[in-house]
Amino acid sequence: MANDPIHQFHISKLIPIEVGGIDLSFTNSSLFMVATVASAAAFLYFTTTSRSLVPGRAQSMAEMSYEFVANMLRDSAGTAGMRFFPLVFSLFMFVLFANMLGMFPYFFTVTSQIIVTFSLALVVIGTVVLYGFYKHGLKFLGLFVPSGVPGALVPLVVAIEVISFLSRPVSLSVRLFASMLAGHITLKVFAGFIVSLGALGPLGIATAVLPLLMTVALTGLEFLISFIQAYVFAILTCMYLNDAVHPNH
Amino acid sequence: MAGFDRPEDKGKAHPDTAGNPAVRDEDLERRGRDLEAALAARRAADEAKVKVSAGSRDMVGFGQAMKLSSEFIAGVVVGAGIGWLIDQIAGTSPWGLIVFLLLGFCAGVLNVLRAAGKIAEPKQGVLGRKENE
Repeated sequence: MANDPIHQFHISKLIPIEVGGIDLSFTNSSLFMVATVASAAAFLYFTTTSRSLVPGRAQSMAEMSYEFVANMLRDSAGTAGMRFFPLVFSLFMFVLFANMLGMFPYFFTVTSQIIVTFSLALVVIGTVVLYGFYKHGLKFLGLFVPSGVPGALVPLVVAIEVISFLSRPVSLSVRLFASMLAGHITLKVFAGFIVSLGALGPLGIATAVLPLLMTVALTGLEFLISFIQAYVFAILTCMYLNDAVHPNH
Repeated sequence: MAGFDRPEDKGKAHPDTAGNPAVRDEDLERRGRDLEAALAARRAADEAKVKVSAGSRDMVGFGQAMKLSSEFIAGVVVGAGIGWLIDQIAGTSPWGLIVFLLLGFCAGVLNVLRAAGKIAEPKQGVLGRKENE
């Protein structure tokens, strides 16, 4: 069905690979992940090769994205958090380029797959936990014990804090996945209306203008959401990293 | 901005530099102060711009809604998941699920309140800031 709004998220195997009973096939999702990394790397490499003192348009775009992420990280995690800059910048560029590539017609949106966003979120939380224990030892667990809580309530509060902490990767990944999925489905549904209305004769074609306008507006909105979600992902990463750097609650 | 300022200022400063180093220092200081003032003004303007656009945008409201709902749902889902796991391992069905679903609900509310900035992260304001500086 050409009009099936879910069809665009279908994963197809391009090169079937199986190692020890585990399916490691190179799928269209893998292809677009490679494309995302390649385009992000190419963008940053080619815009910064000339390295002129007065940046041209392309170079200033690369510098702007650098400064954007650097300021975000410095504001939320302090200068001590700057050691995580490579991680945050890579995540931001990956999510941004994956979202933007997904806006091309017939392209696959990597970030609309929850397993992709969940893996990204696990990388973030894994870094927070590992670095927290490495840097602060058992004191890192103090993150779960707010000070000034009466003794009897501590177990309850700790349980709630632990659940709240564990829910972070879930909310981080669900947010990105849900907004990309919902946006692309909405876009496809409205675009489908144009085709089905257009098949109804002259009156249908006249009314098809309405969903067409809607689709144009939604496309703009989707570009905005693509950027906002990449930004939200990066800023939440910064805030969680702040917990690993300063767990002194 | 500094790049634009320098050439014309240099032109002005050059005649002075030959005979009078004191004037040059003063000039340099003045330029530094001017630049600082200009930067401060620009920064304030930028901040004001951000505030206005943030207030007028519907998109921010949409983003906020997505954020708060996902925070709450994640809390409940993770709580229920932990309870279910405990039941599976310890065989205490359905008590683990019941207790941890309720705790998850609390955690979800806590997440939402934190995300909305209604309650501060405990003690962050006192200790966390100090270490930052």
